[in-house]
Amino acid sequence: MIEIQIQKRLDSAEGSMLLEVAFNIKKGQMVALYGGSGAGKTSLLRIIGGLLQPDKGKVKVNDEVWFQSEPKVVIRKPQARSIGFVFQDYALFPHMTVLENLEFASVNEGNRDLDHLLELTELGDLKHKKPKTLSGGQQQRVALARALAQKPDILLLDEPLSALDDTIRRRLQHYLLKAHKAFGLTTILVSHNIEEIIKLSDWAIELDRGQIVQQGKPTELFSSKGIDENFKVTAEVLAMKPKDQGFEVRLLVQNHVFTRTLSKSEGESLRKGDRVILASNEFNPKLYKE
Amino acid sequence: MIWDPLLLTLKLALVTTLLLLVIAIPLASWLAQTKSKLKPVLETLVSMPLVLPPTVLGFYFLVAFSPGNAFGGWLNEWFGLKLVFSFPGLVLASILYSLPFMVHPIQSGLASLSPSLKEASYLIGKSKRETLLKVLLPNIKPALLTGVVLAFAHTIGEFGVVLMIGGNIPGVTKVASIAIYDEVEALNYGVANFYSTILFVTTFFILFLVYLLNGSYFKSLLK
Repeated sequence: MIEIQIQKRLDSAEGSMLLEVAFNIKKGQMVALYGGSGAGKTSLLRIIGGLLQPDKGKVKVNDEVWFQSEPKVVIRKPQARSIGFVFQDYALFPHMTVLENLEFASVNEGNRDLDHLLELTELGDLKHKKPKTLSGGQQQRVALARALAQKPDILLLDEPLSALDDTIRRRLQHYLLKAHKAFGLTTILVSHNIEEIIKLSDWAIELDRGQIVQQGKPTELFSSKGIDENFKVTAEVLAMKPKDQGFEVRLLVQNHVFTRTLSKSEGESLRKGDRVILASNEFNPKLYKE
Repeated sequence: MIWDPLLLTLKLALVTTLLLLVIAIPLASWLAQTKSKLKPVLETLVSMPLVLPPTVLGFYFLVAFSPGNAFGGWLNEWFGLKLVFSFPGLVLASILYSLPFMVHPIQSGLASLSPSLKEASYLIGKSKRETLLKVLLPNIKPALLTGVVLAFAHTIGEFGVVLMIGGNIPGVTKVASIAIYDEVEALNYGVANFYSTILFVTTFFILFLVYLLNGSYFKSLLK
């Protein structure tokens, strides 16, 4: 069980912002954090990991205090927190091979655990390679395997899949879910991808400018916006341009491009590159043979 | 002995470089990550020997360490340490004089590494010391090599500091650069030329080696 209740003033490019959140995560849950860039997601992960100290509040994990500002200041060092952290840039040690990276992180000498991990992440054939020679997806798997090699209680993932293409992304989502269950982890995942959040997480928390704006079960959260469950595909925003009172949006679904007009309020929060759900209230498809 | 000044130069450069490595690594690693207000002050002090005439450094050493003065007297009395006109004094002066040549490459090497490497190591449970030795330093080998070679070559080339604090005692403080000056004064151009040629060729090859090793050709062989 993770209990977080913290305040931290953050200085970003857009000025100063107060990160102020309070929430609990149950053991074994996979929780997704999402929201625009600069919302405080990464900072929150770093606070849990002990890489960033809050100004006020407390972080408690399994009834152990990891951070508290009062009555007595307690700060547990990152080294003493049982956390596997997968960084956005993977942070693999360049001078070590895949296996050496895992061994460096491994809590005990036994290589059997590592073999199992290499098997789980399908890295067996690559174990004597240096990270630089691997593809993005392979590096990501190494980062995940290394985080698991230290047998953490908590797994923190900072947009680990954002740089990968869709096919690899789906495979890695599968690894992630497998590992989360196999190791009985409590996982917190930062993600921008709604499809990913729905697929992986039990609970989703949306942050905006340092505040929690909504949280809930992903399926409920993302369908509460009047989305009909009948017909739903994910799409990527290719371009936005103002039109009349609203916006004209170009969307990419698989390899087809659609154009749609949105009202001002609908379009305001969208940016180029966002992943969105394209849904229709009426589902009346015509089928053509290819 | 004609070889004495050259051997002394070599010994001085080796001892200085080794000690500098031990001193510069923690110093550079602190400078690379600190947000302390003292940082600019310390960086300035480290860089001073780059622009200060070596004689200024040598002069203050001479004054500070001279047994007739409070500090030098105290050192002499309590530790039996005589730093003026002695080899240990030369080493100390050389360390300060070559400090920027060792600290700068290591500092910028460490600063160029992604902070997540260090953080990942901490979260794996490794101490700061272990992280520095096993994660950070192995990834800045070219910077370490540059620091070592520049400090070594710079120590070989020093003249002003050594002359001020070391004087010109054969076999003790008479290094090659001073011997050259000495021989020219005595109109022994042949001997001066002998020392000069050796220093010229040695420093050329040392620097040449760095550029080769840090260049693309040898980089692939190093891995």
